[in-house]
Formats: sequence, structure tokens, C-alpha cells
Amino acid sequence: MKEVVVLSGKGGTGKTSLVGSFAALAQSKVLADCDVDAADLHLLLSPSVKEKHEFWSEQVAIIDEEKCTQCGLCQDECHFNAINDFRVDPISCEGCGFCFQICPAEAIMMKESLSGHWFISDTKYGPLVHARLGIAQENSGKLVALVRQQAKLIAEKQGADYIVSDGPPGIGCPVISSLSGASLALLVTEPTLSGMHDLERVLSVCHHFGVLSLVCINKYDLNEDNTHQIESYCTNRGVEVASKIPFDNVVTEALVQGLPIVEYCQGKVTDEIESLWHHVSHML
Amino acid sequence: MIISIASGKGGTGKTLVATSLALTLKDRGKVQLLDCDVEEPNDHIFMKPTISHSEVVSVPVPKVDEDKCTYCGICAEVCAYNAIAVPGKRVLVFPELCHGCGACAYLCPEKAISEEAKEIGVVETGHSDGIAFVHGKLSIGEAMAPPIIRKVKAQANNDGTVIIDVPPGTSCPVVEAIKDSDFCLMVTEPTPFGLNDLALAVETVRTLDIPCGVVLNRVGVGDGKVEKYCQEEKIPILLTIPLDIKIAHLYSRGITLVAGMPQWKESFFKLFDKIGEIVHERSRGTER
Repeated sequence: MKEVVVLSGKGGTGKTSLVGSFAALAQSKVLADCDVDAADLHLLLSPSVKEKHEFWSEQVAIIDEEKCTQCGLCQDECHFNAINDFRVDPISCEGCGFCFQICPAEAIMMKESLSGHWFISDTKYGPLVHARLGIAQENSGKLVALVRQQAKLIAEKQGADYIVSDGPPGIGCPVISSLSGASLALLVTEPTLSGMHDLERVLSVCHHFGVLSLVCINKYDLNEDNTHQIESYCTNRGVEVASKIPFDNVVTEALVQGLPIVEYCQGKVTDEIESLWHHVSHML
Repeated sequence: MIISIASGKGGTGKTLVATSLALTLKDRGKVQLLDCDVEEPNDHIFMKPTISHSEVVSVPVPKVDEDKCTYCGICAEVCAYNAIAVPGKRVLVFPELCHGCGACAYLCPEKAISEEAKEIGVVETGHSDGIAFVHGKLSIGEAMAPPIIRKVKAQANNDGTVIIDVPPGTSCPVVEAIKDSDFCLMVTEPTPFGLNDLALAVETVRTLDIPCGVVLNRVGVGDGKVEKYCQEEKIPILLTIPLDIKIAHLYSRGITLVAGMPQWKESFFKLFDKIGEIVHERSRGTER
């Protein structure tokens, strides 16, 4: 069983549209939406939720006013400046429990909070594991790890060949959590200076964690000079540009219909995505 | 006044709006642009700032003096992040898991743990075309953006307009970037993805009790559901930008909208005036 994760660095380059199409094209697979704080893949796959689970993770310190002697030790020692006037700001609190450990009056408690939910769903293309991180919550990395672990369990049970994961934007905590140990990272970029800058950074992250990468240039004809630059940059770094997808409004039309583009219409975009999946599945 | 530019979904035009708003407002007074998307900062591509100061951002991670350590394991017990382990007669530190809370060093009975600075990124300060510019960059392979975002925001001056470019999403880096703003401008596009992520971002700003408004970008594709949502939720749409291949071209070359198409400046002035009115109304409301 092999796992491909679709990343981009920059947001909005087309990760989810591509994963939605792979869902329709791949034969034996489990789908995972690792963008837990702005999950969108379900909008293309019309899932019916089979299991809903709570994600309890974040701890927050709470001060018992009656026991508190206002000695100020917690405020002085908190590295996150989360305690002011003997009250904890739950948004700044990182749940480390330092104050709870050191309070001489034993006036501080750590309370676990519900940080989100995760789901196992059926779609017409196969099982989907997805999640929703609670608003303004931390620990997206842990929730991503949980989504991947569940997808893997299902894939093993069903003897699926592939896990296809839709990754989050950026290069930080949830990206690292989506990437580590994956078989292949497909990096979707666009021919803009921002897209190129962000591709370089996410490519370096893949390299740092030793994950093989492939590049796909979406909307390549928007600026062909930039596309050439991306191609020569990739050649220099020894990374293959596996696909160039043209700009076409049908991609947005398919999205509005809630369908993967390859199911919505035939044409150059669909042809290109089909041959990209063919290539990716052979590399896995 | 601090205005943050957020979106939920990535790639909807935050950077376009933040840079053009900053360039428009400099005609009226002091403007500072803070790029808090420290994982993938892009404002510098458009602003081409001259950087005058660079500061390393580090987090304190434990360093264990094994001569003093008795392997009692208290450090591992108190660490909420499993960043330190004591398997038998060894101490293992995992710096990438450490949040730098300092509990292990403080609670070690042998005083065998000190805190050592570990570099996770950099904050650069400079100026561009009359605008004060600050951005942060998370180092490759590092996970924690919030400490860098805090350092970028620590550079904010309150004697003019501060514009904050926020990372995509709705979790801790977004909250860190948005909190303490007077207004949050949310940039989205008229598609199901844009709507879904806008609704999540709206919940985030409402949790923080910050007033918000919407910029609808690439109007002409997609559907009318974002407008409907905004109407139902009583969120004003303060600016619409059409889907225009000329705008996409400028963006692809790293040229800001108002530099490439100066006629847009007036729209950004109007946008700023509307934000000013909302913030003013609200502060009068709180006074009453």
C-alpha cells in the first residue's frame, strides 16, 4: 500500500480539484483530507458519514479563584504570557501544564477540551477519512496524524493499493504531519512568482524529510515564461515536472456542480489529469 | 488602526489586497505592512523591500547536563508534548516537539536542565516605497509558526495604519495573526470552496470578537452563494474584484494591482473609508 500526498506551499493552486479527480480515476484506494482546518474535499465527493468521532486533545489551564493566593508565580513563569490578573487567556494558553505543576496553592487545574471531530465516510469513489478542527484550536498536526492513521487502517483492512491525501497549504506543523513517511509528494504550483517562491520552500521541506517529489504546473499557460522558469528550476534540482495543466474555466464550473473535473467533462484538462494519475500510480 | 487580511482558503487574493491597500494608503499617512504568513510569505515579492534589520527567532529548548542528571524522569513526566524521554540511563530530547514552556528546566530537582535557544526562523524589517515593511520566515523543517508571528506583530507601530497579511486556514497561526486587530477583511472567491472556508474564517473572527467584512475576488466565475451567505450573516461585501486575465497576469509577474492598474486606487480608498466607518461606529457603540 502506497501513499501519495498532494501539497503546494501556496494555497489555491488546485490541490483539492486534483485529488477529487484522482478519487474518480484511481481504482483501489482510500482518500484522506489532511487539510483539517479548511477541509474542502468533501464538497467534491458527496460523502455519507458512517462514523463520527470526537477529537479531544487540547488542554487549557483554569485557575480556581477561591484557592488562588495571588502569589503571581504562574504569571511570572508562563512562557506564553497567557496569565494576566490571575486569569488564563485560553487562546494564548498552550496547555503545557507548567503553572499547574508549580502552583503552591494547588489552585490550577488542566482541563481537556474538545478540539474537533473526525469522520469516516463512504463516497461513490471509496472510503474517505476527513476531519474538522474546532475553531481557533491548536494541534492540527495531531489531528492530521490521526486522519492518516485511520486511512491506513482502512486501506490495510480492505487491501487497498493507494492512499490519496489532500494536504494543507504552507510548510509548518500540519504539512510536516501530512508528509512524513509518505511514499510520494505531488506538488501543485502555478506560474506566478508567488507560486514559484512557495514551491521552492515546500520542495525543500520534502527534501528535508526525504520524501520523493513530483511537480505539476497548473494553469501553465497563464504565464509561459514563468512556466519555463519552473521547468528549468526543477531540472536543476533533479525533480520531474510530471504535468502541465492548462487554464480553463471548466475547472470552476465542475466545482460549482460539486463534481471532480474528470467526471464533469472531457477535454484537455481531463486528459492531462488522467495521464498525470497514470504516471503517479506507476511511480508509487 | 490594525486591519488584518484573512481568508480561510488559500489563493483567494490576500496578498493582492494587502499590498494594494498598503500602497494606496501611503498617500494619506503612515502605513506599515506586516506579512504574518510566515510559512509562505509573498508580500516581499510584490513590495521588493530594502531590508535594514534581521532578527533570528528562537524558542528555548532543554539542554541536559548528564553529569548532574540522575535519570529520575521527572522532566519526561511533566512534559505535555513528549519532547523529552528518559528510557533507562539516557535522556532523549526531541527539539521539534518542544514548545519551549520551560517546565522541565524549572522542575528538574538536580538543576541539570538549562534552556538553549533553537533557531526556528527570522524576522526582517525594512521599507518599500514609503511603507514600513516587516515579514517573518519559518525555517525549512520547522513546525511552529506562532512564535515568529508574535515577533512580527511586536514590530507594529500604533501611530498609523497597520496591515497584517494573515496565513490561510483557521487554526493557531491564524488566531495569532488576527487577534488584537480592529478589523478583519476576509478575501474570498464565489465558489463552493471559497464559501465553505469563508464560513469557517467568519467563525474564527467572531470567536475573537473582531468586526469583519468581505472582499469578493474573481467575480464572474462560480455562483452567487457567497453573496447570499453574506446577506444572511449580515457581513458587508466591501469590494468586488472581477475575474480578469489582466489582473492575473500582473499578479503572476509580481506586480501589485494598484501599480499595474492605478485606477484601482480609488476603490481601495473607498474600501478603507468603509472599514473606518465600521470601526468608528463600533467604538461609539462600546462607549455607549
